[in-house]
Amino acid sequence: MPPASTRRWSRVARTPLALVAIALLVVVAALAVLGPVLWGADAEAVDTGNILAGPSARHWAGTDNLGRDIAARVLVASRLSVVLALLAVAIAVVVGLLLGTAPFLLGRGRAGRLVTAAVNIAVAFPGMLLALFFAVVFGVGATGAVMAIGLAGAPGFARLVQTLVSGVAARDFVAAARVAGVGRGRILVRHVLPNIAEPLVVNATIGAGTALLSFAGLSFLGLGVQSPSFDWGRLLYDGASALYLNPAAALVPGAAVLLAGLAFNLVGESVAKGLGVEGLGIEGLGVPVGSGRWVLPGRTAAPGPAHAAADAPDPADDVVLGVRDLAVSFRGPSGPVRPVRGVSFDVHRGESVGIVGESGCGKSLTALAVTRLLDDDARLEASRLHLLGTDLRAPQATADRRKLGTELAVVFQDPMTSLNPARRIGAQLAEVATHHQGMTRREAAARAVDRLDAVRIPDPGERARQYPHEFSGGMRQRAMIGMGLMGTPALIVADEPTTALDVTVQRQVLDLLSAVRDSDAVALLLISHDVAVVGEVCDRVLVMYAGRIVEDLPAAELATARHPYTRALVDAVPDMDTDLDEPLATIPGRPVDPADVPAGCAYAARCPLADARCRAQDPALVSDPHAPARRVACWHAGEPLPAERAVDLLVESP
Amino acid sequence: MTATVNAPPPPTDRRREPSPWLRFGARRVGRLLVSLFVLVTASFAMIHLIPGDPVRGALGPTAPAELVAARRQALGLDDPLLTQYLRYLEGLFTGDLGTSLSSQLPVSGIVAQRLPATLELAVLAFLAAVAVAIPLGVAMGVLTRRGHGRRTELAFTTGSIVVATVPDFLIGVGLVSVFGVGLGWLPGAGNDTPAAYVLPVIALAVGPAAILARIVRVEMVAVLEADYVRTARAKRLPARTVYLGHALPNAVTAALTLGGLLLGSMVAGTVLVENVFAWPGLGSTIVQSILTKDYPVVQAIVLVYGLGVLLANTAVDVALALLDPRSTIRED
Repeated sequence: MPPASTRRWSRVARTPLALVAIALLVVVAALAVLGPVLWGADAEAVDTGNILAGPSARHWAGTDNLGRDIAARVLVASRLSVVLALLAVAIAVVVGLLLGTAPFLLGRGRAGRLVTAAVNIAVAFPGMLLALFFAVVFGVGATGAVMAIGLAGAPGFARLVQTLVSGVAARDFVAAARVAGVGRGRILVRHVLPNIAEPLVVNATIGAGTALLSFAGLSFLGLGVQSPSFDWGRLLYDGASALYLNPAAALVPGAAVLLAGLAFNLVGESVAKGLGVEGLGIEGLGVPVGSGRWVLPGRTAAPGPAHAAADAPDPADDVVLGVRDLAVSFRGPSGPVRPVRGVSFDVHRGESVGIVGESGCGKSLTALAVTRLLDDDARLEASRLHLLGTDLRAPQATADRRKLGTELAVVFQDPMTSLNPARRIGAQLAEVATHHQGMTRREAAARAVDRLDAVRIPDPGERARQYPHEFSGGMRQRAMIGMGLMGTPALIVADEPTTALDVTVQRQVLDLLSAVRDSDAVALLLISHDVAVVGEVCDRVLVMYAGRIVEDLPAAELATARHPYTRALVDAVPDMDTDLDEPLATIPGRPVDPADVPAGCAYAARCPLADARCRAQDPALVSDPHAPARRVACWHAGEPLPAERAVDLLVESP
Repeated sequence: MTATVNAPPPPTDRRREPSPWLRFGARRVGRLLVSLFVLVTASFAMIHLIPGDPVRGALGPTAPAELVAARRQALGLDDPLLTQYLRYLEGLFTGDLGTSLSSQLPVSGIVAQRLPATLELAVLAFLAAVAVAIPLGVAMGVLTRRGHGRRTELAFTTGSIVVATVPDFLIGVGLVSVFGVGLGWLPGAGNDTPAAYVLPVIALAVGPAAILARIVRVEMVAVLEADYVRTARAKRLPARTVYLGHALPNAVTAALTLGGLLLGSMVAGTVLVENVFAWPGLGSTIVQSILTKDYPVVQAIVLVYGLGVLLANTAVDVALALLDPRSTIRED
């Protein structure tokens, strides 16, 4: 077995549950082998003077109607019970394999489809019903019951095999073998079966447990093993009839069936879980996971270097969103990962601020952090995080919730998944008003229709009664914006609102956002990877790289950006003068992995201006002495780029 | 705020397809009919699949040959197979399920007399399972959502596997010996008083409840990660509304699919539980009839169980389509 797979198996064996189950299974197997040898005589010893007795020192589980020791009989019965269950599961697996591989062997012809349809119909009926049917056909008794339970289990296995086979058959190597002219039977044996063996064995193990319990059921009904033979189910059947005299006569064989059935099931389930759930470390089970607690910086937090502007006292009232030293971290496999590392900025009333950067630079996490919508496993630190006058670091009171619910609008990237598929559009808008604005359902519904109209949804009355899947992507995004307009927003946070949309629809959504802003002096925080969009829609641009803001400048001055990264972003935008014969400009190298941020300036590895200082010391974000509205974090801000080097890098870019 | 918005006109309206409901209905009825045909044929074929002469088997080796011949004649077993099949179908349509070999009573009467008790047991147990499983699954889902309650998750997952593994008849035997025999609190047999329903319903409901609660939890955990739950949080709705109003309706769709399968298996599960509690339903009748080789009764009861399963599955499909209209459209 290759090392990786050995590791997987050893991980299975490490869970306490799996260990218990494996130990139990070993005991059951040992009893099945040794039971009849050790206790066979005791189990048959008749003592007519002591029938149906309760537990005593000699017979700790009591005696049956012939005075035989029940405990000994239970131990002896383990062999027959286990053997019959294994026989039944073997029948189920073999018949299941035949039926399940038939569609593959027979191809897409009528015969293959017929088998599939038959299996689908059979699977719809519960195993118990199938078992009864076959028990009638094969007759009452151990042989009939083995056949019945085996065949009752076959459709389930056939369905499983079918699914597994079609999964493997779709893979490239099977297609390649087919193209090479290898016969279907050969492909099945050489390529397909080895690939489905693992799940099949796991399910057969679980199936053995189920067969054991089902067999006990049939024997309990009197349809399985017949006297004088006895399995656990038969002992249970005899015991249940004497339940009022000696409950142990039923409970002890019952417990035996249960433990043995559980042993098979749990071993199967643990193996399935251990093999199936990759990476979900069982190691982590004992460790409490960070719970999104709000931690003030100081001893624990190490926010990025603060700068003069950020340390200024609480700015005037017109700051809608004030962020200082914001950091977001996650628990990673090797220590915490910090995708956002000390971000500070303000958004003023009516101002439109864009955050740009490549994927993974932390811009979306910043948006989620400042709206307090981070997932629970993220940990947030900040020395200041004020949104509309509410300190977001504190737990929110109802009044804060109401304020945020009506004055903050959030638009997400993917309108296909951001609306609840199970609820009508109108209702999703209306609940904002019923929860936060004290409207009745009727008023809120009318308001929702009015807002849908405001975002140019045609037929808003009818549309409000529809579900999201009946809307196009652009309409959904407009509905999301309309949802934000249910209250009287002072800030709209839009996280890549156009990325998931068609190019023509992108324009409509951007125009809508601009229009909403113009009409009511609403502030906008627009997150985008597209510097052209941000430059067009926003007043001010924050450029993020590797979890930091590297430049903060008015959108109108993007052409004179001073950070080499901003300049590269701007240069990468094609315009009317772009030579279409040249390859599109890209930024060479890869963005920084948040789990592995280098020392010094994070951009140094990709920067044509980088020198030794850049690789050693991280530049702080400082105001430009000549233009206080601009901030930049670069040791070489504004220096001319070596043109010829940039061209070289373009050629070797990935 | 004002609604002066200068967006360009939106794209033209999407055309509606010619009623997906009609296609869904036709497909569903078609599938039901095929399954019914298979079921009826299987129950007819059962008596012919039995090796040897079923009548000789039923009457025993000592029965006079004339009696066997007369019974065969009465059952029509000597006619051509097709004739027998057509007569069987005709009987089904006219409500004639044949005559019991042992009691000589019409089978339809036996079924009509025994069916209500079984239905009561199955439906009550199903409702009990759903009533327990959904709140439990939702609560567990919330407690073990991403980044929370790893220990709780481990305990719940393990516990529910163990509970779900215990077969209903063992739970039944355990309940009878503790509450019936040991404590004497509740009757352990029959269905004469309301109290007599308690133990059988619990015995039948526990396993399905554990399975259902597991599924609801898994679905809930997945749904709580969905974008639309974040949207609901962005609306600053109370946690209760986010969980119950936004997450639950989406989590319960998958749970319902499974619930349908469980309802079907509970119909058949009554067989064992009825035999534990001497419940006067179809389950105790079919076992007696199998043991006495009263094949017409067995045939009829298998048919009734199968029909129950098919109807339960169809009901769930329809309920799913109503709850989640996408499933009708997505399905091809």
